[in-house]
Amino acid sequence: MKRYLPIIALLFFASVPLWLHDKYYLHTLVVAGIFMLAAMSLNLLLGYTGQLSLGHVAFFGIGAYTSALTSLGFSLSIFGYQITHEPWPPFIGVILGTAVAGLCGYLIGKLAFRVRGAYFVIVTVSFAEVVRLVALNWVELTNGPLALPGIPPLTLGFEWTGYMTFLSKAQNYYLVLAFIAFAYVVIKRLVYSPYGRAMIALRENETLAVSVGISVTRYLVLAAVFSGALAGLAGTLYAHYIQIIDPMIFMFLNTVTMVIMVITGGKGTLAGPVVGGLIFGIAPVILRNYVGPEVQWILYGVLMILIVYVLPDGIVPAIERWFNRPPTPAEKNGSSLALQTGKGRA
Amino acid sequence: MLEIRNLVCCYGKVTALKGISLKVPANKLVVLVGANGAGKSTTLRAISGIVPASRGQIFFNGEEITGLAASRILARGIAHCPEGRRVFGQMTVLENLEMGCYLRTDAKGIADDIDRILGLFPRLAERRKQIAGTLSGGEQQMLAIGRAMMSRPKLIMFDEPSLGLAPNIVEQTFNIIKGIRESGTTVLMVEQNAFAALDMCDYAYLLEAGTMALEGPGERLINDPHVREAYLGAGMHA
Repeated sequence: MKRYLPIIALLFFASVPLWLHDKYYLHTLVVAGIFMLAAMSLNLLLGYTGQLSLGHVAFFGIGAYTSALTSLGFSLSIFGYQITHEPWPPFIGVILGTAVAGLCGYLIGKLAFRVRGAYFVIVTVSFAEVVRLVALNWVELTNGPLALPGIPPLTLGFEWTGYMTFLSKAQNYYLVLAFIAFAYVVIKRLVYSPYGRAMIALRENETLAVSVGISVTRYLVLAAVFSGALAGLAGTLYAHYIQIIDPMIFMFLNTVTMVIMVITGGKGTLAGPVVGGLIFGIAPVILRNYVGPEVQWILYGVLMILIVYVLPDGIVPAIERWFNRPPTPAEKNGSSLALQTGKGRA
Repeated sequence: MLEIRNLVCCYGKVTALKGISLKVPANKLVVLVGANGAGKSTTLRAISGIVPASRGQIFFNGEEITGLAASRILARGIAHCPEGRRVFGQMTVLENLEMGCYLRTDAKGIADDIDRILGLFPRLAERRKQIAGTLSGGEQQMLAIGRAMMSRPKLIMFDEPSLGLAPNIVEQTFNIIKGIRESGTTVLMVEQNAFAALDMCDYAYLLEAGTMALEGPGERLINDPHVREAYLGAGMHA
């Protein structure tokens, strides 16, 4: 039963645009999905290597800006050289945005993982702030606070297949859903591979992990690259969906949203950020129907505190514990596949 | 088998090891005793490449291993059982054993070794699917030893194997360590429990404040007046 749960969930969410025609709700789901994707990327670092990146929105924003500039084109002069970039198709922007964010993950990983814990948090926060200031002040490239408007929507296809432009809410909904499914599979494969095992070992006991021959920097940097690239991908989707981005995208609140999604859903679990993303992506919208904006945020906060207080491991591990009493999931099938962190602790 | 020459290790401005030299001959059990902060753990950590050596050289089987990455040193055949939390708490017993041969890729050999180690420790075999963090202290120690043996080391280093264990478990642990030596694996052990360590070893070194104060066969150190007074407690003769 449990094995089919992700597929059942996928089928359910695939059916949503068939019966939910309200554009506003679909929009909410698309944005929630994009943040869910970013939360999944954060979970790789926070959940599996145990390193809290409080500058995760930087990767998101870098992906968004890279993709936007690639598909809009730009012209700027550096040291007297005139650099002009003609607009490229948006899907190249998505690829480039993902790649550049991954590269930033590599650089930050290399630099930041000399330190751990609180110091790592500070390095990532500073990184996000520096990137925000660049986006704000490099007006020639980013338009600064005037924002980058008119980002073209994502278009896919070839001459011989015809083109599909992702304009409607439902189209974007399916696009985001497809990427979430893709990211879920990629993360699952990574986490259950020897690489993932090494990351978890580092989180569990770093000294011991080193003593069994795991290279700390190598695996933490690997996690940072994957995490950065995935957050960048989410950013590119955001840019082409919303079609306008400004430096507000780097707001600390966006990082906090991702962290909340991961922690309440259950860090270090595959489904955690998905569940957390759904709850905290949709909660504000549902609450809006019943209470005023001031009360809304209070309820949002109360909900978060309640979840963390009652279920300190997050929602998903709690549900799993409930379903997995006595025979623990590890007993189900041999050793290699039994690695299921956060489970069976009951 | 292992030789250290004038090893100096620093943590920032603090010099933990001020030029120590020691030799671990093949198939022997060598212990390193000394007070807290004498540099015992640092020595082991320097050998396994976890902390860098500021100066000095480390040779293993005649080849210099100073400055190699920890994974390289492990691949050459030096396994390290660190002190403190000994296992990956949220992994199962089997997964912990598998982590011990992280660098190996021969699936058949790994499966054989897991069987061999579970045969050595029947308690672990019973609990192979259990989450390691829920094992008792003694079982965790067995698991840590088993994990270290999974890399098929030539030299195995134990850091405070008796720490935090009940007396009967300590005795059991020491017997296992003696068994490892008798099966042909060289052992270098750091131990607070100086009397037991000196009693079981072939050769011993005494570290004091980052320098090698004394060395010799175990019984000579046990009978040394300075050691008796400072580390064994005068009159204690179990």
